[in-house]
Amino acid sequence: MTGEVAVLGAGMHPWGKWGRSFVEYGVAAARAALADAGIDWRDVGSVVGADTVRGGYPGHVAGATFAKALGWQGARVTSVYAACASGAQAVNTARAQILSGLADVVLVVGADAAPKGFFRPAGGDRPDDPDWLRFRVLGATNPTYFGLYARRRMAVHGDTPEDFAQVKVKNAASGALNPNARYRKRVTAEEVAASAVVADPLRLLDICATSDGGAALVLSSMEFARRHGVAEPVRIRAVSTVTPRYPSTVLDLPDIATDSAVAVEPAAETFRASIALAAYEEAGIGPEDLSLAEVYDLSTALELQWYEDLGLCGEGDGAKLLREGATAPGGRIPVNTSGGLASFGEAVPAQAIAQVCELTWQLRERAGDRQVAGARVGITANQGLFGHGSAVIAVR
Amino acid sequence: MTRARTPVVDGWFTGDGDDFRLLGTRCAACASVFFPREDGHCRNPGCPGGDLEEVPLSPRGRIWSYTDSRYRPPSPYVTNPELPWEPYALIAVELAAERIVVLGQAVPGITVADLTVGMEVEVVPGVLHEDAETAWTTWHWRPTGGGA
Repeated sequence: MTGEVAVLGAGMHPWGKWGRSFVEYGVAAARAALADAGIDWRDVGSVVGADTVRGGYPGHVAGATFAKALGWQGARVTSVYAACASGAQAVNTARAQILSGLADVVLVVGADAAPKGFFRPAGGDRPDDPDWLRFRVLGATNPTYFGLYARRRMAVHGDTPEDFAQVKVKNAASGALNPNARYRKRVTAEEVAASAVVADPLRLLDICATSDGGAALVLSSMEFARRHGVAEPVRIRAVSTVTPRYPSTVLDLPDIATDSAVAVEPAAETFRASIALAAYEEAGIGPEDLSLAEVYDLSTALELQWYEDLGLCGEGDGAKLLREGATAPGGRIPVNTSGGLASFGEAVPAQAIAQVCELTWQLRERAGDRQVAGARVGITANQGLFGHGSAVIAVR
Repeated sequence: MTRARTPVVDGWFTGDGDDFRLLGTRCAACASVFFPREDGHCRNPGCPGGDLEEVPLSPRGRIWSYTDSRYRPPSPYVTNPELPWEPYALIAVELAAERIVVLGQAVPGITVADLTVGMEVEVVPGVLHEDAETAWTTWHWRPTGGGA
């Protein structure tokens, strides 16, 4: 087991389509997290920014931008890019600095102002870039990959579009209770079924939007937390940032083909399952110990896949687990009590940090109407483009 | 005027008609197959690394999954914004001999209603789009009628 770090503060700027600079969202989230922690910004020893490639390069969407906006105070700076997993890598970088003694208190910030419509690669001809190629050669947008996974589940496991719609119904009901969510209205299965097909079999309300938003965490050493007067902080016990193992046999964004398994037998578990396994192993717990989970529901069908990859149920039993109500509020293992991406839309570098914010509030029993009674252990899970695994386990 | 036929990507496919094939590479040391082609080093971490030789992929496979694009994809996908958008199907095909899944567009006219997981399809030459001088060629998947 790895040492633990304390979550002293969590803060967010509400998700939406606000039309302002990502810097504003990040700074608002950072100030909220610092206030929550009772820490003066000038006492932060290190700032870690989660990057994205908005505007064609990650230089601007980075740690130093937030440090400058908060007021230069000389802190050590790090900027990390891992696509959708950028936030988890930022958390992991902060943790590594704390555990190695490089810093006592670290501010983690991610924020984005997402463009309208489909995510697309940066401009220019880049025939050696798989992300550029899948658009150029196939027109394969992100939702088409979600459609492939959904159809595969229907064929192999017998999932139905009605099952997928129930994920949206569940998450929208939680999002309606979350002041930081972009969509705060309940949704019915009929409304999902009446929305336009985007990538068969998935409809508009099966697929997450792209949003503006910001999220931040103040992390510290356990020793600092005690000196700061926080005897029992929420603690981060594991951060999984694993890569796939060759051959990776699930067709993943942005790839045009899987690895070939002709020469090497694939590992027993898929990449997504290995992300969770690494986190469980590091934390010394298993899925049976979880009070709640925040998973990356880029699509409704993908949430069901995560149930299986996290070991909440057996392979192919995701829809059954949903139908039983196990993953709804009050169920055995509530999933996406925040409302998930279904209610937030994706603000790429902020999203994995926002997942940890929700765990923090739940474990402190400060999640209001969304509170999971007696929450003790939570996991977040996500997967970033190009093979970036991401999962965080927090405990109280 | 006859447009020049130019592959949208060099070296990914070859041949015409019944001889059309996707092209990958195969490691001479461990026999791992790569598509899109890997010309640098074998990516099997347990392989000492061998020469990567060009190899045609199996022309037929079975549908792993499929979907479609009901909305116009963004650039760098090339479309004519003055024409109404015509959705096309995307098919992920499992090639048994190579144990690989390869994505591609379905031939024009095939919709998701014509497809099932497990159905046999074959690779055929296709045209991605045309401009004044060039027909940009690609690969398409076409059901063989062989059934699931």
